[in-house]
Amino acid sequence: MWGKLSWEAVPLHEPIVMVTSAVVAIAITAVLAWVIVKGHLPYIWKEWLSSVDHKRIGVMYILLALVMLLRGFADAIMMRSQQAVAMGSAGFLPPEHYNQIFSAHGTIMIFFVAMPFVIGLMNFAVPLQLGARDVAFPVLNSVGFWLTATGALLVNISLFIGEFARVGWLPYPPLSELAYSPGVGVDYYLWALQISGAGTLLSGVNLVTTVLKVRAPGMTYLHMPIFCWTTLASNLLIVAAFPILTATLAMLLLDRYLGFHFFTNEAGGNPMMFMNLIWAWGHPEVYILVLPAFGIFSEVFATFSGKPLFGYRSMVAATMAICILSFMVWLHHFFTMGAGADVNAIFGIATMIIAVPTGVKIYNWLFTMYSGRVVFEPPMLWALGFVVTFIIGGMTGVLLAVPPADFVLHNSLFLVAHFHNVIIGGVVFGLFAGYEYWFPKAFGFRLHKGLGLAAFWFWIVGFFVAFMPLYVLGLMGMTRRMQHYDVPEWQPWLQVAAGGAALIAIGVALQVVQLVWSIRHREALRDRTGDPWNGRTLEWMTPSPPPMFNYAVMPEIEGVEAYWMRKQSAIERQALRPEPDYHDIHMPRNSSAGFICAFFAATMGFALIWHIWWLVALAFVGAWAVFVVVAWRDEHEEAIPAATVAAVDRANRAAREAALPTLRPVS
Amino acid sequence: MSAGTEAFPGGVAGGGLARVGGGHAQALTEEPAHGPSKRIVVAYGFWIFLISDIILFSALFASYAVLSEATADGPTGRDLFELPTVALETACLLLSTVFCGFAGIGAQARRNTLYYGSMAATFVLGAIFVAIELHEFATMIGAGAGPGRSAFLSAFFALIGCHGLHVSAGLLWLLTMMAQVYAKGYRADIRRRLLCFALFWHTLDIIWVALFSLVYLVGVAPR
Repeated sequence: MWGKLSWEAVPLHEPIVMVTSAVVAIAITAVLAWVIVKGHLPYIWKEWLSSVDHKRIGVMYILLALVMLLRGFADAIMMRSQQAVAMGSAGFLPPEHYNQIFSAHGTIMIFFVAMPFVIGLMNFAVPLQLGARDVAFPVLNSVGFWLTATGALLVNISLFIGEFARVGWLPYPPLSELAYSPGVGVDYYLWALQISGAGTLLSGVNLVTTVLKVRAPGMTYLHMPIFCWTTLASNLLIVAAFPILTATLAMLLLDRYLGFHFFTNEAGGNPMMFMNLIWAWGHPEVYILVLPAFGIFSEVFATFSGKPLFGYRSMVAATMAICILSFMVWLHHFFTMGAGADVNAIFGIATMIIAVPTGVKIYNWLFTMYSGRVVFEPPMLWALGFVVTFIIGGMTGVLLAVPPADFVLHNSLFLVAHFHNVIIGGVVFGLFAGYEYWFPKAFGFRLHKGLGLAAFWFWIVGFFVAFMPLYVLGLMGMTRRMQHYDVPEWQPWLQVAAGGAALIAIGVALQVVQLVWSIRHREALRDRTGDPWNGRTLEWMTPSPPPMFNYAVMPEIEGVEAYWMRKQSAIERQALRPEPDYHDIHMPRNSSAGFICAFFAATMGFALIWHIWWLVALAFVGAWAVFVVVAWRDEHEEAIPAATVAAVDRANRAAREAALPTLRPVS
Repeated sequence: MSAGTEAFPGGVAGGGLARVGGGHAQALTEEPAHGPSKRIVVAYGFWIFLISDIILFSALFASYAVLSEATADGPTGRDLFELPTVALETACLLLSTVFCGFAGIGAQARRNTLYYGSMAATFVLGAIFVAIELHEFATMIGAGAGPGRSAFLSAFFALIGCHGLHVSAGLLWLLTMMAQVYAKGYRADIRRRLLCFALFWHTLDIIWVALFSLVYLVGVAPR
């Protein structure tokens, strides 16, 4: 009846897991009770869970990412403390638990922190920057978010029911095959990623179509802000790369569930094909994450230097060059496969070529600051910290791109240090910059500056203290994923690294405090004009937070920095443009399709993991029924009356007019 | 706003999708004040999705190419493939595409007989295709040449099976579209969905041509 599921699946004998489970259960119950008792449930359902507004969906993506960041970071703390003490001893984490922790850490940080954070910021900001009222497919967008959340849910369930994969963040066969991983851990991994991967693909289709087809009048390609360009590149990569991940994981699923022989050691299976396929997705994935971060930095450098971005067109060219090149380097993830010197040399050179457009971008950012009036707000500090950190990570990457060097360094902590160097220094810093930068736009008040600066300094110092020792350890020959070791020389470096993780933990705690403090003191931090940073792109033209319809009238775009140009002419004339005519605006209605879809997807995923076949069939029928019911709707849109639109816009205009005398023209 | 206003001839906007239009009040039946119509946006997005689907197949094609010689001393394509059966399958699928095109014309012209008749013919031919494929699979598995026999057969079953699953999903979609037109008429949003369905069905055809050539024809070729 219940497949492989029984009470033995609950790890009652593991105190760490059970205490965590209890804390999480109490926290969820407390939050739910608070929501219900306070009567917030209808509000949360109407305004958030069933919302198809791209801004709300973006915020929910980011909330998911922040919660999962805490989970993934807890894993990191456990790994660092285990390695700090496990010299010649077993440490405090048994091997089977430790292996689950490093697998979960990588999986969560990439798929359920970095991805939803990036997609959330793109969802929030891009339609505003394009001057659009919404994305191309709002309901699809909501479904995409909820499928991602489903994947995250399954990964977290694995903590309490059963186990998670012990095979690393990419399930390399033959270790991940049934013969060597008979438990449900790999199945949790596979179904969580298949479901969230489908969500990511839907989001990619939506955002590509949005950027290419849904723009304000006059918003030509070369008038788009750089963040829109990098979003386009990133989502093109999602559309092109995620199907490869889906196909590859499907093959592994067929191996595990139906006895196929894609990657087995027997019957002609080919494990190295898995490495090729997974990295044909995996390398573009790196750029799916980092290109939007580059876009955020471009916005931040221009805004906080008070200058247009240096070399806009070269930035566009570099972005698209990286987009294409990212598909031509996957083999550098396994130079040691034995493909031969010629193949390795070609991929090594291709890898180094990517450093060229990336270097172009770095110089553009530096020249943007040159002779500008640099303002050291938290987003700008994250951006400056990024430049320093990312250059180091980029150079160790070029080192690893040299095949002979890679033969020595592969699978060592040098590699671990390198990719944390580029992913934390590049992606995470970029996401935090975007978070600080667009927070006032999303909620109408700023985050506390002092706490933001303190969090930044703890993060960046902690980062260097935590990861520079790993480079050294890699050169000393320490391989990755070690539960214990018996080389005394390694231990001091690992203890320093653990200290660095503690510093980052203080940074994370300061970010939590910053958020809570800012919410409690939001009146003092209120952004009244909608333009808290003296911004340049279109999103700063709307009130903060923007109304559901984004723009009362469609803006006519005349140049790259559409809002900046308008602002300058308004400052010169000391007057806004004349009030436009207001009309009714039609917006898509809320839809519960995404949430219900996620319910059936979660049920189906769980049933598949535990081989509860009748439940799989039931959930499939349910999902199909939702599809048909959604297709049967007649009323897709509702009208917002012109009077409401006028009221919103007049308030915005009054706030802007009041601020006009305080603004100085830029000579 | 109501469903009825969408049913005007030539109405191309409407449905649960984004407004891209300018600051004018827009009924759903109007073209947006600027930018592409909703029909264009929907079809464009669906094309993007189809591209991703083709990439999914390309990964399966690549793995088939890698594993096609890995027969583990088991049967090869020459032992297993029966070209006449496959030719019949191909004929069914290609013919169903023709009828799918007729159905599109029927919807355009609002001719019920042409629309329902062509959709039904598309369904029957598609169902025959799936039935032949299932029979082929059953015969092979019965003869001990199932997907667990060798990596070559794993790749074969996955590639052909993935296409078969797509056709089956398309059949479910087809029935839904017939019911939708029956219940709601040739409304603009329904016609957009029909357009997407037709694109989907034609894409499966193109993929089948590649399957037929690269798997079956190459598979039986003498070396």
